[in-house]
Amino acid sequence: MSLELILFFVLAIIAIATALGMLLSRSAVYSALYLVVNFVSVAIFYLLLDAPFIALSQIAVYAGAIMVLFLFVIMLIGLETLGGELNWRQLVWPLAMGILLLVQGVFLVIQRVGRDVYIGQTGTQLSDPSLMARVLFTDYLLPFQVTAVLLLVAMIGAIVLSKREKSNQEA
Amino acid sequence: MLLSEANPAAGLFVLVPWIVFAPVIGLLINAFAGKRLGERGVGWVASLASGAAFLVSALQFYALTLHPEGAQVKIAEWIRIGQLSLDWTFRVDSLSVTMMLVVSGVGTLIHIYAIGYMHEDVRFKHDPARFPRFFVFLNLFIAAMMILVSADNYLMLFVGWEGVGLCSFLLIGFWYDLDTLGRSSWANSNAAKKAFITNRVGDFGFLIAGFLIFWYMGSFAFSEVFAAAPEVAKTHPWVITAITVFMLVGVAGKSAQIPLYVWLPDAMAGPTPVSALIHAATMVTAGVYLVTRSFPLFGLTHDGQYIVATVGAVTALFAATIAVGQYDIKKVLAYSTISQLGFMVAAVGMGAYVAGMFHLVTHAFFKALLFLSAGSVILGLERGHHHGHHAPSSPVLPPQGAGNSLSHGEIDRVKEEVFDPGDIRNMGGLRARMPVTFWVYLIGALALAGIFPLAGFWSKDEILLDAFLHYPHVYWLLTLAAFLTAFYMGRQVWMVFFGKARHEAAEHAQESPSVITIPLIILAALSAFGGFINLPFKGFHQFGYWLEHTLGAIEFPPFNFMVAGVSTVLALGAIALSWFLYQRKPLEHGQTDPLAKPLGLVFVGMEQKWFIDEAYQFLFVQPYRALASWLAQKVDWDFWHEWFHDSVLVKGFVTLARLLADPVDLGFIDRVSYWLSDAIRASAETLRKLQNGFVRSYALSVVLGVAAILGYLLLK
Amino acid sequence: MVPVSYYLVLSAILFSLGALGVLIRRNSLVIFMSIELMLNAANLAFVAFTRVHETFSGQIFVFFVMAVAAAEVAVGLALIVAIYRSRQSVDIDQLSSLKG
Repeated sequence: MSLELILFFVLAIIAIATALGMLLSRSAVYSALYLVVNFVSVAIFYLLLDAPFIALSQIAVYAGAIMVLFLFVIMLIGLETLGGELNWRQLVWPLAMGILLLVQGVFLVIQRVGRDVYIGQTGTQLSDPSLMARVLFTDYLLPFQVTAVLLLVAMIGAIVLSKREKSNQEA
Repeated sequence: MLLSEANPAAGLFVLVPWIVFAPVIGLLINAFAGKRLGERGVGWVASLASGAAFLVSALQFYALTLHPEGAQVKIAEWIRIGQLSLDWTFRVDSLSVTMMLVVSGVGTLIHIYAIGYMHEDVRFKHDPARFPRFFVFLNLFIAAMMILVSADNYLMLFVGWEGVGLCSFLLIGFWYDLDTLGRSSWANSNAAKKAFITNRVGDFGFLIAGFLIFWYMGSFAFSEVFAAAPEVAKTHPWVITAITVFMLVGVAGKSAQIPLYVWLPDAMAGPTPVSALIHAATMVTAGVYLVTRSFPLFGLTHDGQYIVATVGAVTALFAATIAVGQYDIKKVLAYSTISQLGFMVAAVGMGAYVAGMFHLVTHAFFKALLFLSAGSVILGLERGHHHGHHAPSSPVLPPQGAGNSLSHGEIDRVKEEVFDPGDIRNMGGLRARMPVTFWVYLIGALALAGIFPLAGFWSKDEILLDAFLHYPHVYWLLTLAAFLTAFYMGRQVWMVFFGKARHEAAEHAQESPSVITIPLIILAALSAFGGFINLPFKGFHQFGYWLEHTLGAIEFPPFNFMVAGVSTVLALGAIALSWFLYQRKPLEHGQTDPLAKPLGLVFVGMEQKWFIDEAYQFLFVQPYRALASWLAQKVDWDFWHEWFHDSVLVKGFVTLARLLADPVDLGFIDRVSYWLSDAIRASAETLRKLQNGFVRSYALSVVLGVAAILGYLLLK
Repeated sequence: MVPVSYYLVLSAILFSLGALGVLIRRNSLVIFMSIELMLNAANLAFVAFTRVHETFSGQIFVFFVMAVAAAEVAVGLALIVAIYRSRQSVDIDQLSSLKG
């Protein structure tokens, strides 16, 4: 077993464990913190896959911005737990479906990709953010700009939605 | 167009559409602004419109003297259907320009006359608001007549033909709710309907002729039809004869020939200018024009010519006999018109187109003159009657008992019932009181009688000469008719203008104003000298040479002193005879006609128009009415309403509806639809449980779908 | 060396756990987090494939997914706040007024 493989398994166990933790934790704050750990471990996977720019984006956007936003909302609402959430009788179908989905996914990977496809060695070029930027700003320029508009719209939408309307308050 | 660039006069041909546009503009102005223009304005607009048409016609005449070959002026495409291709084209040649000049010239004079006449007529009938309408109709008539005479194909001619028929109908029925004496009556509208329906019979013949022409010649355009005619005459000789005979039916309707003449005497119900313009001078000559225009067709069929000539001659004599027995001044002239139209039709039937057209022109002058003078006489009598009514010594007073309860206007009307201003038995001795009218009437009467050297002498003599040379039986009929013509005109003149007044209205008759007499004087001059356009001597056939450009080479028979002498002697003899009967011992009031005793039953026949109207009533109108009422009662009411509608349709429908309602509608359609709706409702009840509002159960179904798709991909 | 199928299986496991979270949790905030987890799983697969096929398309796609996720979180959390204001709850089962 190579070092890389060991690292992979360790990280994989952390990722799955934190995902389960998020899933099962009664407190929304704990769920959010588990998810942060999960995101960080996924970011390390990105580094292993020669995608440093994506990895740093993952840390900054997900683990940073998004999760802070979550925690902020949780604090704002102030309601952390809901009683009697995990009723086992209700869980039969979702559990069955989740397991089915997992089995199908694994089989699909084996069927379509194969067990023995290894990641190539020439990943050095992929890890260069300036090359990626060149592609992003030439071939994908239009989607990039549309994304900017999308973010603007989302920002306005968030403001409009969270604004307290005077008339509503008076009523 | 056959215009040459070299001569500027040829450019005048393009003005020809204005003979139609000018009267149309006039009628539009009067139709929309007539109320505001006032009587004087309306009259002037209409007269100027007609005068403009005359001016354009005169310019065409001038252009034609320089370019005798004429022109076809196309202003629009008209019909394009398959192989049929017709244009709205004005034909300018010597024949059409002759008609244009007559129509617009006489028409303009009559327009001016009508200003004066209608001014009094609308007051006599107590409805001055109708004044503009009269001139609208009159201008419309001029426009339609111009289309008729300037047409370049039979269909366009037919448009004009129907247009003048419509105007005739409108103008005969101008006082549709009053009779000639201003009383409430439907007599005039009946006369209008009679004219229109009789003309329909004739138009039917014309249409058949048109269909035959198109079927065998393949065109409506004159030039193409005439070019194709000789070929058709060789292969199907009967076709040409049939065309001419059917055309004769149309001519008999429009130009009042036997057997369709009956509408023309009744048409005198229209105002006198209408009688003069439409029913004497212009419209009724359309048939003569049609035959002349179609001369290449008539030239190919001897049978057709023979029939046309005979019908014309018989009509001439027949109508003349009736004219002898009439008392109404306009009725006499009406039958005289029929008789003279018979002369023209006989002439063109014999192939003597120049003589026919010549008589058409002169007749337009003197018959318009006679009608207008008669109108002047009638107005004079009405004035005299009005004067007498207010005189203290008036012997004719309204009945005392009735007078108390009647308004003034009604008193007038009650009184009119006893006095007919058109009855020559009420006249007499008008020579002194209406001198201008007397002199012009005398000129017209002598011209009609055919006295040398007035217009009628030359034109009638030319017809008689042609008949004498080619159709002896026509000659005899026409000579006899000419004798009667002179006789009844003499009778009329003696009874109207000489002797003593037989009615106090005639005693107080007054001369008409100058707006009426000036057109009369102009027409009198034309009647007197109009004959000189075509003297029957070598080198003097100006009118004949003129028409030769259109009709081709014409043979001019030398002047025959025998024919002319016989007709002159007969005319003078007839006048002498009428003097002997009517003037030697002038008629007294209430006395019967001196002819009644010697002629006996014959005179009764003349007086009663040979009972033709009664015969038509018996033969056509009553059977038609009987058939109509039988159809209305039996076929329409009993069969269609009672039986077919009520029994068959209604009952059948009810039965069918009942049949459909119970087994089909309730039993099948309703059951199926109820089952469908129940099934849908039940399934909806089941399915609505799925929509429970819980997001997570929706998400579960999404996952279920994903799992299904993945399963499919796995197993594929 | 790590076979790419390992990464893909890991991605499938994380995705299934995210889906399970959506299915079993009533707290709408946690459901939201589960959705983010599913997006991350998908991103991981993308990056793995990028490595296999030696092209930037996968990474760029991940970049766009992140942008969209950021926008989605902003709007989604605003929605949750708005709902909480009117209902005083983040329990997804109480939001069943669309029941048929």
